[in-house]
Amino acid sequence: MIPPQFDYHAPGSLEEALGLLGSLDDAKVMSGGQSLLPMLKLRLATPANIVDIGRIPGLDSIGEEGGYLRIGALVTETALEENATVAARYPILLDTAKVIADPLVRNRATICGNVAHGDPANDHPATMLALRAQMVATGPDGERTIGVDDFFHGLFMTALAEGEILTEIRIPAPGGVGGGGADGAHHGGAYLKLERKVGDYAVAGVAVQLALGDDGKVTQAGVGLTNLGMAPIRASAAEEVLTGARLVERGGLRGAFSKVRDAIARAPDADEVIAAAAQAAADATDPVADRRGSVEYKRNMARVLTGRAIAKALARAGG
Amino acid sequence: MARHNVTVTVNGEAHSREVDSRLLLVHLIRDELALTGTHIGCDTTHCGACTVLVDGVPTKSCTVLAVQADGAEIGTVEGLADANGMSALQEGFMQEHGLQCGFCTPGMLMTGTALLAANANPSEAEIREAISGNLCRCTGYVNIVKAVQYAAAKTAADGAGEDN
Amino acid sequence: MAAETSNGPRTSAKICGMGHSMKRKEDPRFLQGKGNYIDDHTLPGMLWLDIVRSPIAYGKIVNIDASKALEVDGVLAVLTGKDLEAYNLHWMPTLMSDTQMVLPTDTVMYQSQEVAGVIATSRYAAADGVAAVEVEYEPMTPVIDPFKALETDAPVLRTDKEGQEDNRIWHWEAGDKEATDRIFDEADVVVREKMHVPRIHVASIETCGCLADFNPVEGHLTVYMTTQAPHAIRTVLALVAGHVGLSEEKIRVVSPDIGGGFGGKVPVYPGYVIAIAASVVLGKPVKWIEDRMENLQADSFARDYHMDAEIAADSSGKIRALRIKTLADHGYSDAQAAPSKFPAGLFSICTGSYDMEQAYAEVDAVYTNKPPGGVAYRCSFRVTEAVHCMERIVDTLAHKVGKDPATLREENFIPKEAFPYHSPLGWEYDSGDYQAAMDMAKEMIGYDDLRREQAEKRERGELMGIGVCSFTEVLGAGPSKDFDILGIKMFDSAEVRVHPTGKAIARFGTKSQGQGHETTYAQIIAEELGLPAAHVQVEEGDTDTAPYGLGTYASRSTPTAGAAGVMAARKLRDKARKIAAHLLEVGEEDLEWEPGTFSVKGAPDKSVTIQDCAFAAYTNLPEGMEPGMEATNYYDPPNLTFPFGTYICVVDIDRGTGEVTVRRFVAVDDCGNIINPMIVQGQIHGGLTQGLGPALFEEMTYDEDGNNLAGSFMDYLVPTAVETPAWETGHTVTPSPHHPLGAKGVGESATVGAPPAIANAVVDALAHLGVTHMEIPIRPDRVWEVLREKGVAI
Repeated sequence: MIPPQFDYHAPGSLEEALGLLGSLDDAKVMSGGQSLLPMLKLRLATPANIVDIGRIPGLDSIGEEGGYLRIGALVTETALEENATVAARYPILLDTAKVIADPLVRNRATICGNVAHGDPANDHPATMLALRAQMVATGPDGERTIGVDDFFHGLFMTALAEGEILTEIRIPAPGGVGGGGADGAHHGGAYLKLERKVGDYAVAGVAVQLALGDDGKVTQAGVGLTNLGMAPIRASAAEEVLTGARLVERGGLRGAFSKVRDAIARAPDADEVIAAAAQAAADATDPVADRRGSVEYKRNMARVLTGRAIAKALARAGG
Repeated sequence: MARHNVTVTVNGEAHSREVDSRLLLVHLIRDELALTGTHIGCDTTHCGACTVLVDGVPTKSCTVLAVQADGAEIGTVEGLADANGMSALQEGFMQEHGLQCGFCTPGMLMTGTALLAANANPSEAEIREAISGNLCRCTGYVNIVKAVQYAAAKTAADGAGEDN
Repeated sequence: MAAETSNGPRTSAKICGMGHSMKRKEDPRFLQGKGNYIDDHTLPGMLWLDIVRSPIAYGKIVNIDASKALEVDGVLAVLTGKDLEAYNLHWMPTLMSDTQMVLPTDTVMYQSQEVAGVIATSRYAAADGVAAVEVEYEPMTPVIDPFKALETDAPVLRTDKEGQEDNRIWHWEAGDKEATDRIFDEADVVVREKMHVPRIHVASIETCGCLADFNPVEGHLTVYMTTQAPHAIRTVLALVAGHVGLSEEKIRVVSPDIGGGFGGKVPVYPGYVIAIAASVVLGKPVKWIEDRMENLQADSFARDYHMDAEIAADSSGKIRALRIKTLADHGYSDAQAAPSKFPAGLFSICTGSYDMEQAYAEVDAVYTNKPPGGVAYRCSFRVTEAVHCMERIVDTLAHKVGKDPATLREENFIPKEAFPYHSPLGWEYDSGDYQAAMDMAKEMIGYDDLRREQAEKRERGELMGIGVCSFTEVLGAGPSKDFDILGIKMFDSAEVRVHPTGKAIARFGTKSQGQGHETTYAQIIAEELGLPAAHVQVEEGDTDTAPYGLGTYASRSTPTAGAAGVMAARKLRDKARKIAAHLLEVGEEDLEWEPGTFSVKGAPDKSVTIQDCAFAAYTNLPEGMEPGMEATNYYDPPNLTFPFGTYICVVDIDRGTGEVTVRRFVAVDDCGNIINPMIVQGQIHGGLTQGLGPALFEEMTYDEDGNNLAGSFMDYLVPTAVETPAWETGHTVTPSPHHPLGAKGVGESATVGAPPAIANAVVDALAHLGVTHMEIPIRPDRVWEVLREKGVAI
């Protein structure tokens, strides 16, 4: 398969890139190119111009700053996987990166590209929903911040305006035991993806991020769903079920350095709460039947994976 | 449509070409530079037969534009052997019967080479995960895993030998 | 882990004959990027062909407008069916004597069918040209469901075929129907399963392609092409294009290094013919390389058998008879690559490893609006379907009579004393010891412990299954009394030439696609002649130099060409013996042969080497002897070979998601005497993985409009190293009594044996819930539907 003709531009600065996007007709931004180039080869996309932001310095940084984990436009999945801060404090992000495509694709694919593509089958959007991330879009008029809930508009459609580049993703830094204790909460998250094989799209994917108080009650819950509708889905009802519920026995989250992650003492009715949240997540889905399963199957997988992701998130919060 | 001057260093040798924007790196390597050891097996970035090292990073060269590689150091299968003969990994593939038709082999070798550079003693699970972007239809992967383990062991033994 | 009870080597490590795990001679070039595959070939002035394909499954072509394509920089020509019609090249025969369009003149019959060829100066320009060709279609309602294709009101698809009044292609049957029916009428127990072995694709990592180079001055055509059968292709080209001046002595077909074949590179695809036609018309070399989507969507599929199978047995589970009714979906044309007299291939091997009184099998083949096929994908012509059917339903019988599936098999095995065994459907099995393979497999996997573990897990509500498959294969077509392709008998050939310095070249009529012929054939010559295998250069694939043969597929290379190599080498050894007698001044009968050396009986210090004899063949001949050291053999095997094995696997099922994990898989194979154990084990590993694919992942499906739903690696799910288990192999050795080395074929045994083993394991995990069958591929959603129905989904 051969891409159609286009002009290629490799700006050396963000300003130059924004200028090109403003002046060129039918221009498409490329970062890692791992979604765009296959689409070009299949001639599903035929832009007249490609603006490759891959050579712009300064966009490949990742780190905590000002209360956020800040992920630049050119941070690859592999860089995320290898980042010590992510491994220690954002295991849900590591979960997500590890199940995207395959390791070779991840060497070039970027987190921002995965999100900006607007594909509900992509994995990071659900995680960003669960983490309540903010999208930083840079355009000719400067930067603006878009909350993740306002970012995904539909199949391949996002809040990014023409001429804008998703230059950074900001994830609120967890403060709890998992990460320093500033907010006194215990944080844990997990992303689970059901896929037929490495490199396949998700049959269903579920991201869960929880914060719990010392009393074992959930203070904040985020649940995002992958490939279960025309856009990434926030399972708000599931979040509501979880928020305020006591999932862990009082004091059960102490002993934060326990290696036995599954050993946390669940509260008496935790299983029922989790089941109700899982069902609420399933009810939030609107999947289509395809070769990966029926509507009913996918709904049920949303339920099963949500339950498992909550359990894993809890275990991490306790560990 | 604009053309671009591209300079790449392939297996240590610099090459300059004027190319179309859309030329894929794999076609630059195969058709322009006549290094046909790098193969093409799919259109959708799944099979990994085209894997090369771009600045040391294993990359599917069918999903990179030649212009994106301007200034890069490229490693292909043709560059693995040196004056002392085949690399430990190439030798491992031969000793452990890690190849049959040979078509996926160059991609497997490049991925395996990068894996061993980053992780001198990978576990079986780590090897299987690392090569999961490279499809093989002949070997069933068992002997490819063994080939990587062979290379890891041989390199470790050689290193120990040098220390003495 | 590998267990073995093997034939040990008889030659030294230096000679490296049979039984040595010789490292492969082809590896250094493949490992250093010096393989020479089809897309690596270029010629001066070479042009590129790319193909316009139909987006619809069935319809009339109203108009093809190439004007915009011809404006594309670099595009030289657009060839349509009308252009080829002028040369009467718009149709071609299939290997099953059906017909197939090269390019259509008025109607398209399946999605992705070739519609026009664009010739350009580069790969990129040709692709642009394809995108610019505008074709107007008038869609018609396609026939996709093969059962509907046989209904009386179904539209007749092949209106081009005279006398074709419905969509039936042929009816085939084997066995005594009446006698079989009688047993069923009186049997204690009858079990029945309907099952589909779905359409799949070989998906070799290298796609198909060719480089056609017609020299208009000499009228000579060279075609470099990805073919498993170069000689047969040359003859077919001469037969179908003789009228435009192509004559067999002026056609050279070269099959270069092939990046996996598996049967998919046996047929002649329209792309090859268009490239050749374009080269003839333009007088320039024309290259065509398929992309992956074309490969999956248009090249011949495999399988697609809908089977309705029944076993009649007595109350103890002793099998008395088998009855199978089958519908075979061939798509638009019967483009199988099977022997002429076997439209349903060797499906009649379906009685498998079991002794029974009677069997009856029938197959009806139909046309539908899907791509034509089907090829024998790593399969000796429909053996995969036959084995899947038998090995699945034997489990149903075991379940019905309440016996362990391994025990039921053992009680029905053809006993080893019964060989040669005459099966009710007419085969003479050459040799077998099925119980030995079963015993080894059970021991390797720890069968009894697994059954105990399963019982404990069931108590806890966990789902774990153990699957057994004891297959019998039929390989090595074949005896020429029965087997031909387009009338050409299915012998194969070898030509061995020993040079004066004792080094040799050996050429064969087959063509390796990764099987390692350069190594194993050299070992065969080494075994027989005592020359070091390292000194035997093996060549195949060039019709100008190799002896005529039918090619490599259906695991026939060792049974046929390998045997031809043995016979040719033995001729040379006989000649060498005469020369040795001359050199040692004794009679031939006074000589003893140890591999590589003739010595005088009782005087072992008086000896000459095979190299001495070779040198003398050119320098110091006995009087009257023809000079040189060269021999040829065309080997017509007296029978097929019947390798067998028992595979046992363990699966775990996730009750939440329906996911199946193959925890362990033990494969015990018996392929007779082994030439290279390392290579045989590699063949088993690869075959198992190509059995895992269709068992759990791969299928080529279509929607009701005939749109392919698995047309790229996004949806055609080839297993990676992560999904593939660490295969465990073992071997028993039961030599073939008629093969000169006692060897049998092996390449496809594992592809045939693995799917039912895995399917049986999944069904076994669910058997206590009353489940007797699961269709492959066993997708998680399919399992989950069953779990839910049975009330055990969580």
